[in-house]
Formats: sequence, structure tokens, C-alpha cells
Amino acid sequence: MSATVGIPRALLYYYYYPQWKTFFDHLGVKTVVSRETTRAILEKGIKSTVDEACLPIKLAVGHVLDLKDRVDYIFLPRIVSTARREYICPKFLGFPDMVRNNINNLPPLIDNNMDLYRKGSSLYNLFYMVGRYFTHNPASIYKAYKASMESLHVHCRDMEAGRLPFETGGKDNQNYRTRDGGVHDVTIAVIGHPYNIYDRYISMNMIKRLWDYGADVVTADQLTETAFRREAGKLPKQLFWTLNQRMVGAAFYYFERPDVDGLIHVASFGCGPDSMTGELIERYARRSSRKPLLNLTIDEHTGEAGMITRLEAFMDMVRWRRHLDDVAATL
Amino acid sequence: MKVVYPHMGHMWICVKAMLEYLDVEVVVPPPSSKKTLLLGVKHAPEFACMPLKLNLGNFMEAAEMGADTIVMAGGCGPCRFGYYAHVEHAILRDLGYRYQLVVLEPPQKHIGELLGKIKHITGHQSWRRVINGIRFGYHKAEAVDQLEKMSHYCRPRETRAGATDRALQSALREIIAVDRPEKLPAALNNAMGMMNAVSLDKQRPVLRIGLVGEIYTLLEPFSNLDIERKLGGMGVEVDRSIYLSEWINEHLFMGLKKNKGGSKLAKQKAIKYLGHSVGGHGLETVGSTVLYAERGYDGVIQLLPFTCMPEIVAQSILPRVSTELGIPVMTLIVDEQSGEAGLVTRLEAFVDLLARRKQTGKVLA
Repeated sequence: MSATVGIPRALLYYYYYPQWKTFFDHLGVKTVVSRETTRAILEKGIKSTVDEACLPIKLAVGHVLDLKDRVDYIFLPRIVSTARREYICPKFLGFPDMVRNNINNLPPLIDNNMDLYRKGSSLYNLFYMVGRYFTHNPASIYKAYKASMESLHVHCRDMEAGRLPFETGGKDNQNYRTRDGGVHDVTIAVIGHPYNIYDRYISMNMIKRLWDYGADVVTADQLTETAFRREAGKLPKQLFWTLNQRMVGAAFYYFERPDVDGLIHVASFGCGPDSMTGELIERYARRSSRKPLLNLTIDEHTGEAGMITRLEAFMDMVRWRRHLDDVAATL
Repeated sequence: MKVVYPHMGHMWICVKAMLEYLDVEVVVPPPSSKKTLLLGVKHAPEFACMPLKLNLGNFMEAAEMGADTIVMAGGCGPCRFGYYAHVEHAILRDLGYRYQLVVLEPPQKHIGELLGKIKHITGHQSWRRVINGIRFGYHKAEAVDQLEKMSHYCRPRETRAGATDRALQSALREIIAVDRPEKLPAALNNAMGMMNAVSLDKQRPVLRIGLVGEIYTLLEPFSNLDIERKLGGMGVEVDRSIYLSEWINEHLFMGLKKNKGGSKLAKQKAIKYLGHSVGGHGLETVGSTVLYAERGYDGVIQLLPFTCMPEIVAQSILPRVSTELGIPVMTLIVDEQSGEAGLVTRLEAFVDLLARRKQTGKVLA
């Protein structure tokens, strides 16, 4: 009977799940992903977290609770840094401790550091430590690590090719994008943290809704690392949050692109880095772009009706603005 | 060039001393007030924390007094403060202020970046003089901290209400007036004499509360609604986990001056509960709480500005520390909506609880 490892469907799951899964598969460890977000999962998370924490953290706690009684281990790496001299956010640094100190009767947490802050550090450190939980054979850990890196690259390439994280890999994800075959006449860039925009419950299915409104959706994850870093380099000081570097870079990139008609910036209430980058993006938009920008802040109290109203109004404005531009061009 | 820097408690005293020693013209903005905060809130991002809003207000008020260069500390994450200077600068520029920005922070590529900035501010002073200036500022910070510590001791024990505050004000004036390093020891002596002259009732039983949390809200009385004085008035002896001179010693001098209280011990104590630094003072908050519990304090109050990320991590860990070590902990979150009456009510309730706890503890023993 092999051990089962639970992976919460939250935070950086959207970037690293294929890699983590491959790694555990190669070691013969069964993985269980928490269920898709529901009101119940979110409620549970809210109850076990301090009020001031941001929505993604509360949600992630909910997902941990969802896994708690079903698995032998919970995989909750402490994500310190995913790029040199950059961090994610202080809450990611303390997340395993927030979970451990607030929830009783947890299965053991696998909370080794994922830390690429220093020059020459590699993901292997993390995977070696994680692998040691299940095997003492360094060769098989290394092989699993190699395979996992390969699937990370495939995942990245897939995202760059325009697929969204929940569309790559697993078969059950393939039919999410039920193309209506209708005309998609505008392109909207959705800029936000992966755990906000790809979680169907939290984002209230925003991407699907935009498709239904006849829009093509592009996100920050379709840009290569070099592309978004080059764009983010326009800032007077390099941002030290990787995810926000990506968001700002993508926003700047899509502002310049003639085929993108509007941008939606999605932030969660109380998100520290977003409050900074949202401000920078907004100021940039006001100063040097004519593209419509919608700033959406979501939290556990966000109502669906309000969201729909704003999205519809935004879509109207995007089309209207473009129509005006077309008229202006013929004059 | 007229230099302005943001307020943080009594920090202005030591920075002013340092810059004026180096012949730099300084504009000290008016003390943070409701007006400062209103200015900041109006133009700052909604979810930025209170320090950013107050800084912004400071700069706007200083611009009216003729300041044209901002000198600010920076940082390299993960706390947001590292990016504040640039966001504030962008906001000010859009509002039409023409400020030059100099951010002092750990250099990204080469130490020359930092040295160049210092040269830029100080003009063509010799490095020797620059170092002397920094030392002068540091010694002033030490002096101010010492006076503050004395006031924490005196306030709950004073026999005439308000005597400590008056003594502290005149003692600080003594320190502020010093313009040459060699005059500082005498002035400090004088100032300490003033503090010692406060008549005290040393037998009076007092409660002891440790203040932990985010550095700005701890040091800036306007942002924490003067919590130290309020607690003092309720008969509580306060100890702060962070003092400016300790912070300078640790972060700017890399612990050059030994045997000075610092956060190293606190960080070691925190490891059991929080396994990694989370930026800001999150780790110190947890560790200091452990230390206060071990030193037999009656309670701990955590202060943080709304949406402060490192402190939220600490906040969610403190309940466990509190139950395991049996020390009551209260978290106070401040922002532009904070009201004085609400704070006083909570403080009174907390102090009552601690007093009662102490009493029953004695009876049981």
C-alpha cells in the first residue's frame, strides 16, 4: 500500500501541478488533488484563517482542510522564491506555518523550501528532500526529478502556446473550453494571479463568461519569461515579486499590442503586491494608452450579479471604443 | 537642494542631525496629523498600508515648505516597503510635484550605486566626515531611545499626571538642540537628569505589556494613536520590541556594534513556530512574543497596519504561541478608519483582563 499525497488545488497549483504529479508518479506515490472550489470549501477556509488574510490564502486553507482526512501527507512546499532575487509574497513564505498553527490533527506536511533566491540554487534541493520521504534511493529521486522537469517544460510550452493551465494535461480538463463556434470579435487580456483567474469559483467563471460574450482571452501566462521580463524592465525599479513582475510585464505588453482591445486586472482584496502593481498599471494606462482597463477586486463577499454587470459594461465599452476608432480611421 | 524624508516617530531627530552635520539643507515636514493622512489617503492606492499614505502626506506637506529632494530607504522584498519610494514618486509626479528621488537601499549590482547616492546627497564631503555624520545621527538615536525607555518606566509610576510627558518633551528638546557630536554626552546627561526629576511612586504595582509588530506603527505615535502614553496612563509599563537605534545597528551597520539588544535572539525563539523569515518584522513579532512570555510579562499587544503582509502571517501564528506559553495577546490593526474611542475601550478591557489575571494568579499561588 503506497502512501497518498494530497495537493491542494490552490496557489501555485496552476503552475506546478504537472511537475509535482509527474514527480510523485515516478516514485510510485499516489497523489490526490483537492476538489474544485465550492462555497463549502471556501467557508471552511475562512473559518480557520485570520480575517485579515487575503482570499487566496483563505481558499488554500480550505483546500488543505478538504484533503486533511483523506491523505497520508499534504504537499505544501514553502515557496520562498521561484526566481533569482525575487520572492512570491510574504504569505507564501509563512503559509505552511499558518496552516500548522491553525489546524489541528493534520497529517504530516511536506513543507520543504522551494527557494531559487540565490545564484546557483536549483529545484533539485526541494525534490531531493521531498523524495526522501518515500525512498532512500537517490537515483530514483533523480530520475523522477528529471522527468518532472520535463513535464514542467511541456506545461510551460503549452501555456505559451495559448492553452490555459487547466486545459493542459489531464483529459477531464479538455472539454472545458466548449467553443461555441460563434464569432470572437474582440480580444481581452485578463491580468491576475493564476489562483484568482483560473479558479472557476473565485473568478466566477470569468474566462468562460468572456468567451461567451464573444471575446478571445489572453493571459499573462502566454508570454515567455524573456518577454514579460523585458516589458517589466520599463519600471524604474525591478519588482521583487515574480508573479507581479509577470502581471506588470504582461499588462505593458498587451497595452502595446494592437490586437488586444481591453484589459481586465483582477486583484484579490487585501493582496499586498497587487495594491502596488495595480496602481502602477493604472497609472501607465492613464498616461500612455487609450485601451480600456477594468480593475476588479474580488473577495469572499463578491456577488455574481455585480461581477456580470461590470463585465457586460466593460465589453460594451470595449466594442464601442473600437467602433469609434474605426470611424475615426475613415475620416 | 532641500531634502525631505518621511516621518517615523522620533527618527527625524537623528536624520536631521546627520544631514545638517553634513551641511545638507533639511525640510522636516510637520508632524503627521489628520491632514497628512487625509492627503495621503486621497491619492494613495486604497489597499496600500498606512505608512505609505502617511509618507505621501508628509511629502506633499513638505513640498509646500520648499523641499525638492526625497531621501528614503528602500529594500528588496518581500515586504512592500521596498517599492514604496517608487510608487510614491509616481503618484507625486502625476500630481504635478517635481521631486527628485534618492532611494538608499542594498545595491542591485554594485556597492558603488549606494555610495554614489550618498555622494549625491552630501555633495563633496570627505568620506570621513560622512561616517562621522552617520555616527552622530546614530548616537542621537541611542540617546532618544534611552529617554523613551525611561519614560516607559516613569509614566505608570508618576505621582502627578502628565509629569513624564512634560519631562520627556524638554529632555528631547535638549537632544534636538545639539549640533556637534562632542556636545551630545553633556546634553544627554542633562536630559536624563530631567527624566530622573519626575517624582515617582516606586511601590505602585504596575502591569507590564510588551508591544510587538510592524516597525512604523510601533514607532510613529500618530499611527498607533499614542498607545504608549495611553497604556502608561492606565498604569502599564510598556516595552517595545523594536527601538530605532537597534534597528539601525542591525540593518545598516550589520550588527557592527556588539552587545546591543537586537532581534537575533527573537528570531531563534520564533523558529519553533515560524520556520522562515517572512519579511518585515513578522519573525521578530513571533519571537518577541515568546521572549516576553519567558520574561514574565503580563501581556503582549501586536500592532500592525491594515493589509500588512508579514504581520498577518505572524498574527495567525500568535494564538498558538499565546495558548502554549500562557500569555494573553491582543492584535490591534490600525488604518485611516481607526477611532480613538474604540482603541481606548479595547485597551481598557485588555488591561482589566491582565490585572484580574494577575490578581487571581496570586490568590491561587
